[in-house]
Amino acid sequence: MTIGKNIPRVDAFDKVTGRAKYADDLVPTGTLIAKVLHSTIANGLVKKIDTSKAKQVPGVIEVFTCFDVPDIVFPTAGHPWSTNIANHDIADRKLLNTRVRYYGDDIAVVVAENELTATEALKLIEVEYEEYTPLLTIEDAMNGDALHEEYPNNILASTKYNVGGVSFEEALENNDVKIFEDEFEVPTVQHCFMENPNSYAYMESGKIVVVTSTQIPHIVRRVIGQALDIPWGQVRVIKPYIGGGFGAKQDVLYEPLNAWVSKMLGGKCVKLELTREEGFINTRVRHAMKIHIKSAVSENGRLIARKVKMFSNQGGYASHGHSVVAGAAHVVKQLYQDEVATDVEFTTVFTNLPVAGAMRGYGVPQITFALEAHMENVAKEMNFDNIELRKINMIKEGFVDPLNSIPSLTNELDQCIEIGAKHLNFREKHKKYSNQEGHIRKGVGCAIFSYKTGVYPISLETASCRMILNQDGSIQVQVGATEIGQGADTVFTQMAAEITGITYDKVYIMSAQDTDVTPYDSGAYASRQTYVSGHAVKKCGLELKQKILDYANYLKESEIAVDIKENHVLDKDGNKIIHVSEVALESFYHRENSKHIAAEATHHCDTNTISHGTTFVEIEVDLKLGLVKILDIINVHDSGTIINPKTALGQVHGGMSMGIAYALSEELLFNPKTGEAYNGDLLGYKIPTSLDSPDISCKFVEKYDPSGPFGNKALGEPPTVPVAPAIRNALFNATGIKYNQIPLTPERIFNKVKDKGLI
Amino acid sequence: MYNIKKMYNAETISDAVKFLTDNEDAKIIAGGSDVLIELRHGKLPNATLLNIRDIKEMQGIELINEDIIIKPLSTFTEIAENQIIQERIPMLAEAVNTVGGPQVRNIGTIGGNICNGITSADSASTLFTLDAELEITGPDGTRNIHIKDFYIWVAEVDLKQGELLTKIIIKKESYENYFGHYYKYAKRNAMDIAIQGCAVNCKLSDDKTKLENVRIGFGVGGPIPLRCFETENKAKGKLINNELIDEIGKSVLEEVNPRTSWKATKEFRLHLAQELSKRVLREAIERAGGHIND
Repeated sequence: MTIGKNIPRVDAFDKVTGRAKYADDLVPTGTLIAKVLHSTIANGLVKKIDTSKAKQVPGVIEVFTCFDVPDIVFPTAGHPWSTNIANHDIADRKLLNTRVRYYGDDIAVVVAENELTATEALKLIEVEYEEYTPLLTIEDAMNGDALHEEYPNNILASTKYNVGGVSFEEALENNDVKIFEDEFEVPTVQHCFMENPNSYAYMESGKIVVVTSTQIPHIVRRVIGQALDIPWGQVRVIKPYIGGGFGAKQDVLYEPLNAWVSKMLGGKCVKLELTREEGFINTRVRHAMKIHIKSAVSENGRLIARKVKMFSNQGGYASHGHSVVAGAAHVVKQLYQDEVATDVEFTTVFTNLPVAGAMRGYGVPQITFALEAHMENVAKEMNFDNIELRKINMIKEGFVDPLNSIPSLTNELDQCIEIGAKHLNFREKHKKYSNQEGHIRKGVGCAIFSYKTGVYPISLETASCRMILNQDGSIQVQVGATEIGQGADTVFTQMAAEITGITYDKVYIMSAQDTDVTPYDSGAYASRQTYVSGHAVKKCGLELKQKILDYANYLKESEIAVDIKENHVLDKDGNKIIHVSEVALESFYHRENSKHIAAEATHHCDTNTISHGTTFVEIEVDLKLGLVKILDIINVHDSGTIINPKTALGQVHGGMSMGIAYALSEELLFNPKTGEAYNGDLLGYKIPTSLDSPDISCKFVEKYDPSGPFGNKALGEPPTVPVAPAIRNALFNATGIKYNQIPLTPERIFNKVKDKGLI
Repeated sequence: MYNIKKMYNAETISDAVKFLTDNEDAKIIAGGSDVLIELRHGKLPNATLLNIRDIKEMQGIELINEDIIIKPLSTFTEIAENQIIQERIPMLAEAVNTVGGPQVRNIGTIGGNICNGITSADSASTLFTLDAELEITGPDGTRNIHIKDFYIWVAEVDLKQGELLTKIIIKKESYENYFGHYYKYAKRNAMDIAIQGCAVNCKLSDDKTKLENVRIGFGVGGPIPLRCFETENKAKGKLINNELIDEIGKSVLEEVNPRTSWKATKEFRLHLAQELSKRVLREAIERAGGHIND
């Protein structure tokens, strides 16, 4: 048994010794360097670009501008393709753009012999713009001229749904309720992947080869084909080890431009690597949102009806577009069910800010902050127990989403709450801290969440796996799903060992994906891989095992081989018949019947399931300095079976750190006049350091989920989701002040404390 | 890859002075924790660099007649770990330990921290409250000035053509019987630049009931590091109690002049100046063996 064991990560040794090769470690000598020229206005038109001086710099090979690129718009979102045109992602950008839509838009590219020359040449390019007023806020954008002609008022999409068949207003009739209303605001944040996006491209055998740091190699292949208008088979994408993505690399970034530049230079190898500053502005960010919630609650704490209105700031291009706020909006009726009616309206608006796309949690951290802060406000105003209020209304086992049919097949949320509450002695402390004086105060807070595992039935879920038996009885495993730091390769290895009966040390997973070699998978996103791709590994493993058994029976001229355990083929009584290595060797070199044993399987996934959990946190706040210190924090997760407790813990720690930063410090700020970021670097943007990160606790409540390949469900994204509202609720407990905007920066904390006369 | 025209490696102070005299545009590089960042950001195009980090005369920390001599190439780590510093002026060790992170402290030098001329320099406000004297060496020999006169404006210090900082001197009378504290207020506990830094150094009366002398320094209290001399004069000789501390907290507001930026508003920084001066003063008094009476 390897499932459920703390098996060391398969890539641990290579990564800690520096032996693991990332894209930049593989760049061939003599590779040319491409650098992108970014606009210095947020909204406008490039009228003219003079590249003559730049081209004269010795070592500059070529300069291409937005007037040179093919007239093709393409989509960038890392969604599986759809053969139904109605489901296509919005195609709204060219390789380089004359219509500038955010400060830093791509308008030209220099190719030079080295980085320094390319950088110097960029400075010599002269650009003439026609400038328009930057539209940075949702309000300004909805009242301004369209950034994309097809979208008047800059509304990318606006959608409504209703559960209950009656409106919020109708639900109030004949019901004795109290009404509560809140407005929340969440910021633009950035992923801060450790490895900046980088790629290199060259041509070989009539193909364009692109080696890139991506979560989604097969999608990158398709989009390069679309952007360059060449058959997809002429594109080969290779994904080596990558240093994190968190959703930013679930978008096709500069790979098409890199491929095109190489093609224009006759297939010469060209590298395009972003700086950290470009990483902040020119990749993707998390959507800033404004969320308005109105609730009608009965005297006994039952949510009778809610009305939620959300606005999502998309930035200059569609990327994942409306699907992120949609992902958020659908949680409203999933986490809590209203007795009579749920009315939700959500709108995505183009603005002149950096492009928002996927980021760990896909809109759910945003809505969960609002929902859970609101519940806390309601509990306080009603003088109702905050845990009880949640329990009365929250998602229960057997819940099936009324709109998308996603079920909560197993649900240990109640358990998660009790474990978290016990860990902190929450109920007692919450009472105790509700009435404090002085400027150093403590507070406890909690929040719950629910999260769907994959994206079925909203989008296609498909994954494949190939296994090949080696001469020595070991196997190679190839998956289209990508290791991006989350530990996917390790759990796939565990799964393959579990299913085939070949021991873990003899299972070699190929970490790199090569679209010419690796079977198809949409990539690493959502919290889908152990679930969706795990099914493919399971199916493929069963197939391979059967083939090994068949060959063993052929060799033994019998039908007695029925199972494999610990590399031995066994009969029905568990007696060892033959070692897998013997079967393997014979299968390769048998003079009459050589048979290279391999299996390949696709899992077309038509299930989904919801995972749940909580954050409980205790803080201390210095009201005069506006500083919050986390004294104790725990996440308790209901993620079904935990495949590898140690790597699972790593996921939770990372996700919680991200959530803590979302609550307290991270926020991209922009000059309101120009749209230029003030803090698009690691100094100005306050991602926590190890000294800012508290000790983190985590527990799992394991219950076998029947739809998962091994009883498992989502864990990749969920740890981030409930952290920010829990911290906010702890500050509410400490101060009695409703902070409805994050991050809770010192000045934001201080200003309200001062206004309320607490100091 | 940086745009560097040439780099010269000086081995002695006179060697460095000669190069600086001959090369008007030369930029001194020691640890590189500031200069390399400027180079990366393209702020020093076509740079001529003078590397001074191998100059032996500019390395080390010494005690001469109980005066502390800190050579400018001393890294933050060296200062923080040095026994002379730890025993005599621990607040400087405390201050330099707040710079960046371990890697930066291992390469960054105190000379560079001062000569960079930036108000947020973590060592600066503490050196202000230690009445540090700076020895400047140039083509005409050496001259000594008080650190407060060295700072002219943002990124502008009193170094003329051909000159470089060669010693930081903290006289015995400046530190003996003084106890101090530095507090860096930043948004992160590491890898950050101060929103405000406050240093207080004080000497109590023999019976520990009065402030015999107090020196209050601020980083980011204005465009350059500063001392609150008027407040200090008002506080001298006063009985230590909460009233005095509140008075000092209010009084520093007349002497600091922070500005609003995207990092913090002027109002918040003023609030911090008042609050930090009180807290840091309390800590300094307690370290000096004093007690704050209600």
